[in-house]
Amino acid sequence: MDRFRMIFQYFQSNSESVMNGICGLLALASVKMYTSLDFSCPCLPQYNMAYGLGIMFVPPIILFLCGLILNRQALVMLEEWRRPPGCRKKDPAVIRYMCSSIMQRAMVAPVVWIVVTLLDGKCLICAFSASMDPQKFVGFANVSTEQVQQLLAKVPCKDDELTRNSASRKAVSRYLRCWSQALGWSILLILIIAAFLARWLRPCFNQATLLQARHWSNYIDIEQKIFEETCCEHSRLFAHKCILHFFESMQQEIKLHSFSLPREGEGAEGREGLLQGITDQDQVNTLLKTWYYEKPPLDVS
Amino acid sequence: MDKFRMIFQFFQSNQESFMNGICGIMALASTQMYSAFDFNCPCLPQYNLAYGLGILLVPPFILFLLGFVLNNNISMLAEEWRRPRGRRGKDAAVLRYMCCSMAQRAMIAPVVWLSVTLLDGKCITCAFCTSVPLESLGNASHPHLPQGEVQRVLARIPCKEIYNGQQLIANEVAVRYLRCISQALGWCFVLLMTTLAFLVRSLRPCFSQAAFLKSRYWSHYIDIERKLFDETCAEHARSFAKVCIQQFFEGMSTDLAAARCHLPRKAPADAGEAAEKLLGITDQGTMNMALKSWHRCKPPLHLHPPAPPTGNGWAGEGQPLTHPSAPRKETAAYYSLV
Repeated sequence: MDRFRMIFQYFQSNSESVMNGICGLLALASVKMYTSLDFSCPCLPQYNMAYGLGIMFVPPIILFLCGLILNRQALVMLEEWRRPPGCRKKDPAVIRYMCSSIMQRAMVAPVVWIVVTLLDGKCLICAFSASMDPQKFVGFANVSTEQVQQLLAKVPCKDDELTRNSASRKAVSRYLRCWSQALGWSILLILIIAAFLARWLRPCFNQATLLQARHWSNYIDIEQKIFEETCCEHSRLFAHKCILHFFESMQQEIKLHSFSLPREGEGAEGREGLLQGITDQDQVNTLLKTWYYEKPPLDVS
Repeated sequence: MDKFRMIFQFFQSNQESFMNGICGIMALASTQMYSAFDFNCPCLPQYNLAYGLGILLVPPFILFLLGFVLNNNISMLAEEWRRPRGRRGKDAAVLRYMCCSMAQRAMIAPVVWLSVTLLDGKCITCAFCTSVPLESLGNASHPHLPQGEVQRVLARIPCKEIYNGQQLIANEVAVRYLRCISQALGWCFVLLMTTLAFLVRSLRPCFSQAAFLKSRYWSHYIDIERKLFDETCAEHARSFAKVCIQQFFEGMSTDLAAARCHLPRKAPADAGEAAEKLLGITDQGTMNMALKSWHRCKPPLHLHPPAPPTGNGWAGEGQPLTHPSAPRKETAAYYSLV
């Protein structure tokens, strides 16, 4: 019991590290998802761009929403935002802090997906091979316009009979992959610089307000947890009392209807107490039927 | 449980060893990243140099900054640097120590990437294939091609399947040459870094060791102090929340009792504890009202001192205050000034 309580207390005091853990797991899951995805470009002029850009942008949206769903703090923040002020004022700085911390954590997995996609290159090759300028590549320069579109659209498919072993196909593929990787590394560089500046410069602006916002957002989280615990405790006791009352009332009813004399005997008192006066099959059946058809009222006063 | 506590305490007391761990993981991650990355030289004259040097230099920069971002001490350093002086002086030596120690750890992953890249050779081959010395390695007596064409042919050296300049210079010769230079550079780089690290470690005790010990101690202290403060605030928030919720439920049951003009029923002695735990809420309507009130009208963040026991006009002696920052404290301060 002590062990559970200590682990529970550790997580309670350190909900940020739990959130960081979930965020890291989602990022790893997104890499794993990408590597197990069987990317298969349609190699048709009208469908390539939709497929390529779809694979690049739709899973990040899904991952972002998953990040919000799995984050307990998102619900806490929404509740704090929508509650009526009542006796307790609302502090917009706290809500802003919670919102920004939730968004930052939810953005990690989508960004990882987009960067991995760009560094791999398949999506961009699929999406933009049909938009290349055929004059730049030797094999496509002297082909009619409709055919060149078809050929360019087939560039992502290595096994197609028209483009297998074609040097121009490899040139286009290489060119696009090079741009895709450059874009991927640039995005990663920009984001890391932004993260570094944010961490470095944050204490320069309003550090005291930040400490307060962080403390009270942690407090709101803890308070919600303790309130739920208290309600659970309370409902357990409530249920216990309610059921005891039910058994007592059943016992009285059975005594009234069956005129059974209380049995005398030394150990009988103890046994009677445990059995709540219900000592044969018919009485148990009546009790169970009443429990189903006529549940007692929610009132133990 | 003791095991968890011990591990936790070990990490807590030894932020440096925790950071060493992260640093090692990042170095491994950088080799993994390099082997997973699909190096794809564009084989075009204008793009080769940019691509090759880009892959050589941009990821180390990213890894360096990442080393700072992942290090919790960075915000501690910035905080310590920007805080108002207050009643505690600032020691520039401590800040310098923290900065140096963070920078040293952040350098490891980039150095690993650079070494692995140079030793592998693909980047240098891609970046400098157009600068291969044709006179010494190639066929200088080959019919003279225009310079642009020569550059285009040489640019295809890394892409074996499309290389068409076998008469100008053999592909294997050029690749071997470039890879040899790359590996020489790689080993020299590793040797230089290791020598630097060795010198820094062995010569440091010769220069102001006492000052170094002081800076290290106080930087650990600042780290531990910040962690303990966070823990204390979390403990305090927990206690605050417990008392706040308890007072909320008490307030609710008092309100209800006043509204319904119930005579307090004498609970039998043995059910006293259970009745107390029920917090005075004993039916569905009351519970619903409590939950609605919790949402609509959260209690203020202001704990009042515990009420005197019912039936007695006098407060018991030695009643502990639930919250030291209740207004009573201000009154005491006034008295002490008098």
